Amino acid sequence: MVDFDVRLGLTPTDLQLREIQVKRPDEWVELNPDDSPEFRLIQQQFAGDIITSRLFRDEKTIVVKKDNIVAICRLLRDSSETNYNYLSDMTCVDRLEFMSDDEDRFEIVYHLYSMGTFGRFRVKARVSEDDAAIDTVEGVWPCANWLEREIYDMFGIRFNNHTDLRRILMPDDWVGHPLRRDFPLGGEEVEFTHNVRDRH
Amino acid sequence: MATIERDLQEQAQQQYTPKLGQGVDIERVDTDDGEVMIVNMGPQHPSTHGVLRLVVELNGENVMKATPHIGYLHTGLEKTMENMTYYKALTITDREDYLSNLMNNLAYSMAVEKLMDIEVPPRAQRLRLILNEFERIASHLLWLGTHALDIGAMTLFFYTWRERDAILDLKEMMSGVRMMTSWICPGGLRGDMPEGWFYKAQKFVDAFPKRLDEYNRLVSKNPIWVERLSGIGVISAEDAIAWGLSGPSLRGSGVAWDIRKANPYTGYEQFDFDIPVGKNGDVYDRFLCRMEELRQSHRILVQALKDVPGGPVMTSDRKVAPPPRAELDTSMESLIHHFKIFTEGYHPPIGEAYAAVESARGEKGYYIYSDGSNKPYRVKIKGPSFNNLQALPKMAEGRMIADVVAIIGSIDIVLGDIDR
Repeated sequence: MVDFDVRLGLTPTDLQLREIQVKRPDEWVELNPDDSPEFRLIQQQFAGDIITSRLFRDEKTIVVKKDNIVAICRLLRDSSETNYNYLSDMTCVDRLEFMSDDEDRFEIVYHLYSMGTFGRFRVKARVSEDDAAIDTVEGVWPCANWLEREIYDMFGIRFNNHTDLRRILMPDDWVGHPLRRDFPLGGEEVEFTHNVRDRH
Repeated sequence: MATIERDLQEQAQQQYTPKLGQGVDIERVDTDDGEVMIVNMGPQHPSTHGVLRLVVELNGENVMKATPHIGYLHTGLEKTMENMTYYKALTITDREDYLSNLMNNLAYSMAVEKLMDIEVPPRAQRLRLILNEFERIASHLLWLGTHALDIGAMTLFFYTWRERDAILDLKEMMSGVRMMTSWICPGGLRGDMPEGWFYKAQKFVDAFPKRLDEYNRLVSKNPIWVERLSGIGVISAEDAIAWGLSGPSLRGSGVAWDIRKANPYTGYEQFDFDIPVGKNGDVYDRFLCRMEELRQSHRILVQALKDVPGGPVMTSDRKVAPPPRAELDTSMESLIHHFKIFTEGYHPPIGEAYAAVESARGEKGYYIYSDGSNKPYRVKIKGPSFNNLQALPKMAEGRMIADVVAIIGSIDIVLGDIDR
């Protein structure tokens, strides 16, 4: 674990003291199975996996457990009702300052898009800090390959069965995962000729 | 004497241990099919459009495997944005895909507006659209010039730069800055167009079709050009979707997906334009798609400049809009409010939003996760070039090494967009 940023004034105790009460805004509504075929499909087959769902600013989101993520993604892609054949984007959110104690720290976010209905859908899978690993969806959308590598690089989440899990943006010998909320901003040593590391 | 020379040569050969990643070193491996040569291309190679590094395994001239290595331009823009207020983070969006700045501004602003539920006045919507189409033309012109330069048609570069410069002049006239304008901001635009801007814009639009015909005459039907580009870097429609391509790179394969048509934003539904699509999914088809897109962008501009609605260019919602200048002289509260907007910034509600626009390279999206504070808790930039580059090995493998350069040009990558 990297030290907390001094300039931000964040220490682990500070973070605990901050105790951000995550309140659900009034605008958040649960998804309705009648309006959302995606939600209905998942509810039919993976009812036990659904943690929560919401409709916010016309964007449909479902939060699921990570165990059956590949099956859920495949279902959303292959079902003729939803047909999410395009993985628009994939990312991760580190909810360190945002979660309650019993929640998992990371959220893997899948932005799905359908070339048939031009609709968007967001699937989120919760991943805990202790077991920071989730199955890869490379078999569903091949383009997940690099997107998952980026998440591995930036958040340190491993993807099971990934074909090529290496760092992608940071140097191979980098220590830490920069987009985690407890990774310091700045404070990195500036490289001059006298202190440059031999990277090659 | 001769033996000493030979010894020295042998000694030099022994000392020379080829290592990948240091300039032009070459590694050779003998296999059953012949000699496989591993060549490192980039990150300082002029035809890689930035700092892309490709490690190419060659058998003779044939590419057996191509592996892109990226990250040489990674500056942690997403992390930086997380530590800025929403208004300040806007300036970062200019710097990522540095050839379509205003499109990035728009995507980010749309995400913030969605999060805060803000309506943008009609004049601002129209000006955003006009600026976006100018930006698309500028970006495609830069692509056309450099793509032709890669392939060996030097002349075009000088012509396309001339036109692009006229668009940069328009941006300078509007904002004082030639590239990183940050002119489109959450809530509308930073300011209205100065006097004479529309006259100058119209002059450009009037002259453009003639220029475009010139470019078409120079290359599009040129037999050398056609032969050079046809049939290389082929990717099928199914593969293109599966690999997440977007923009002209996807449409070259025959998939008519354009966010301007599919999910219209900022008033694109009001205008007549067509989505050009290719048939074969090769470099020439992607080239033709972009050439036709230039014409379609011009078509949109002709319609859009005709009747620009009047009114304010910034929303009246004081959550994001600073009070008008005149109010600051008389009202203490307005002065405080003005100060607070530019120091503390505004607080979107807890929630998340994703907004995407059709940038010159494809789907440019911003995902913002808000925790209710004045800084975005998490920003993810969806760079179209990232996915487009990922499919490069698929297009390049089995082709000749010289084609790799043409294929890189045809997917029109911007490394700032990939590495962020």
